[in-house]
Amino acid sequence: MAKTVVIDPVTRIEGHAKISIYLDDAGEVEDARFHVVEYRGFEKFCEGRPFTEMAGITARICGICPVSHLLAAAKTGDKLLAVKVPVAGEKLRRLMNLGQFTQSHALSFFHLSSPDFLLGWDSDPATRNVFGLIAADPDLARAGIRLRQFGQTIIEKLGARKIHAAWAVPGGVRSPLSEEGRTWIRERLPESFETLYTALNLFKQLLDRFTTETEEFGKFPSLFMGLVGKNGEWEHYGGHLRFRDSEGTIIADHLSEDDYHSFIGEAVEPWSYLKFPYYKPLGYPDGIYRVGPLARLNVCDHIGTEAADRELREMRDRAGGLPTSSFFYHYARLIEILAALEKIQQLMDDPDVVSERVRAQAGINELEGVGVSEAPRGTLFHHYKVDENGLIQKVNLIIATGQNNLAMNKTVTQIAKHYIHGNEIPEGLLNRVEAGIRCFDPCLSCSTHAAGQMPLHVELIGADGALLNEVYRR
Amino acid sequence: MSVKTLTINDQPIAIEEGKTILDAAKEAGIPIPTLCHLEGVSDVGACRLCLVEVKGINKLLPACVTQVAEGMEISTNTPKLQEYRRMAVELIFAEGNHVCSVCVANNNCELQDVAVEVGMDHSRFVYRFPDRGVDVSHSQFGIDHNRCILCTRCVRVCDEVEGAHVWDVAQRGAACYIVSGMNQPWGEVEACTSCGKCVDACPTGAIFRKGTTTAEKAGDREKLEFLVTAREQGQWTR
Ligand code: SF4
Ligand code: FES
Repeated sequence: MAKTVVIDPVTRIEGHAKISIYLDDAGEVEDARFHVVEYRGFEKFCEGRPFTEMAGITARICGICPVSHLLAAAKTGDKLLAVKVPVAGEKLRRLMNLGQFTQSHALSFFHLSSPDFLLGWDSDPATRNVFGLIAADPDLARAGIRLRQFGQTIIEKLGARKIHAAWAVPGGVRSPLSEEGRTWIRERLPESFETLYTALNLFKQLLDRFTTETEEFGKFPSLFMGLVGKNGEWEHYGGHLRFRDSEGTIIADHLSEDDYHSFIGEAVEPWSYLKFPYYKPLGYPDGIYRVGPLARLNVCDHIGTEAADRELREMRDRAGGLPTSSFFYHYARLIEILAALEKIQQLMDDPDVVSERVRAQAGINELEGVGVSEAPRGTLFHHYKVDENGLIQKVNLIIATGQNNLAMNKTVTQIAKHYIHGNEIPEGLLNRVEAGIRCFDPCLSCSTHAAGQMPLHVELIGADGALLNEVYRR
Repeated sequence: MSVKTLTINDQPIAIEEGKTILDAAKEAGIPIPTLCHLEGVSDVGACRLCLVEVKGINKLLPACVTQVAEGMEISTNTPKLQEYRRMAVELIFAEGNHVCSVCVANNNCELQDVAVEVGMDHSRFVYRFPDRGVDVSHSQFGIDHNRCILCTRCVRVCDEVEGAHVWDVAQRGAACYIVSGMNQPWGEVEACTSCGKCVDACPTGAIFRKGTTTAEKAGDREKLEFLVTAREQGQWTR
């Protein structure tokens, strides 16, 4: 008799998400689905608005990565104006994105995920959060909070606000970094490096113990996609798109975001509002690809900064090639923070970051544009069509969490298969499933268990519709 | 010129005949919230924010268009007036599509300021979400009817100061909207001199400079001052 396990709701994200786990007649897991409902309507209500507002509007899609939307919108705007952003403007946008990577990854690692690693997956959920962490290891918790604050403050120093800063505009940015801001960033860098190294060393020690997690948390071959620079180096803002498979073979390279329709398809499933992007040449669902920290590290040949490159080599050594376990997203996040810190350090010595020539002005010169940037969670596309006056006619947004949709489903399935056998829902399952999802850091409310934990509802339903078992956690 | 004596909030005031209650209050340093009033151009009493109570008259009077009279006893801040003003602002918000967080005038908007001033924290009225358009056919400026509160400051400044009379009001009631020229796209109105006075006169983000992004419309106070004295001084450009 086939049965269904439903975890509902998973989260408090915009809209609603739940997990259904389908059992076969033998009570073994057959499949699992992570349903997401988000961003609904956003594309629709942008229609008719001046394209210059897109940065402001889309930055509101998400409270955690507004900078990413800001940059993607500004880059799409650049294309509509058909201007070249002044060098200083580009460097400043990069600086903001590096600040964003630092704060977002630090949040994911220290606040959201490390309680699992450090306190244990099966520890008491009441204290398995950032407060429990503060009690157990106050120094580490405090350092993590300060590292996040470092990234946040960079964004604030540039955009005058921590979130929703409509500072990146079509053609460049509004204002350069102040000397005061530069001094502040310089002074906080050494401490930030130190915190990062502490976390990285700790994580590497733990990794040796977490063999089950490494094996079960979404380890499967897939493609990876991300931006890489001219020489195959790690990118987060410019460059071109590359697909690479788990064996390390470059499947496609030098792809331009302008042609995304030719290599990314968007499948729709009746059971989820979130589209399922896939690599078109391989079809759906074989064209499954992952984006985000691990994908970026897997697609690049090297990072381009000394310390981060050393860590990248070590990660690949440990995995015996390109890591395919989604658990390595956490590892990749830490290496990316290191890369961001090194790049921020380089920018601090660059006179351009305080230059006044930061914005190019122009009218509408193109009626269609695609902008791409790397959000902490993965590649983000904005595609606008405008009329000759710059009013939006059509918008398509391809969001990181969407692109990881197939991979998240696979991860949940794998975890469920490992932990569920028969009608019983093992106690530790809920947290493992959450943790599996959390590897992808899909959304703050979704990944938050900072002040408590996600409300979870698991139902075990037989094929005849009878409720066989039920677990609640609020 | 004869002088009238009256009281505002029990404060005795003497002011020349022909002035409005708003003028009198201003002179006495008594604040009255306004939106459609713009120094330097005529008043129309469109927004009803400046309503005051006058003893012996059982309806509320708009201070900007009511002339002072001998012996008037005026109150500007009774609980009833506070309630009415708040309601007036709430109705303005419910009537159009005002999304401050993405508006060009965020943090620089008279409607926003007034909402704070009257203590509005939400609108008790159901939002209408009207279907309104944006006209960015002009080479430099745009008008977003979603954010228009029909104060007609643009109409008056263009007519009375610039003398171009590009703007007018079309339709009635809820269907009312601001039109350019003979209800043409703004970019096609030959009368428009592209002086930009309406941009500065507009209290919200409804009229803006093209290319302006969220919260980027900075109110040019100097330009507004210029509008105030332009007619008297016969200066038509700055
Ligand atoms: S466009 Fe501005 S100035 Fe003109 S009526 Fe509307 S709100 Fe008033
Ligand atoms: S200011 Fe008097 S009615 Fe608007």
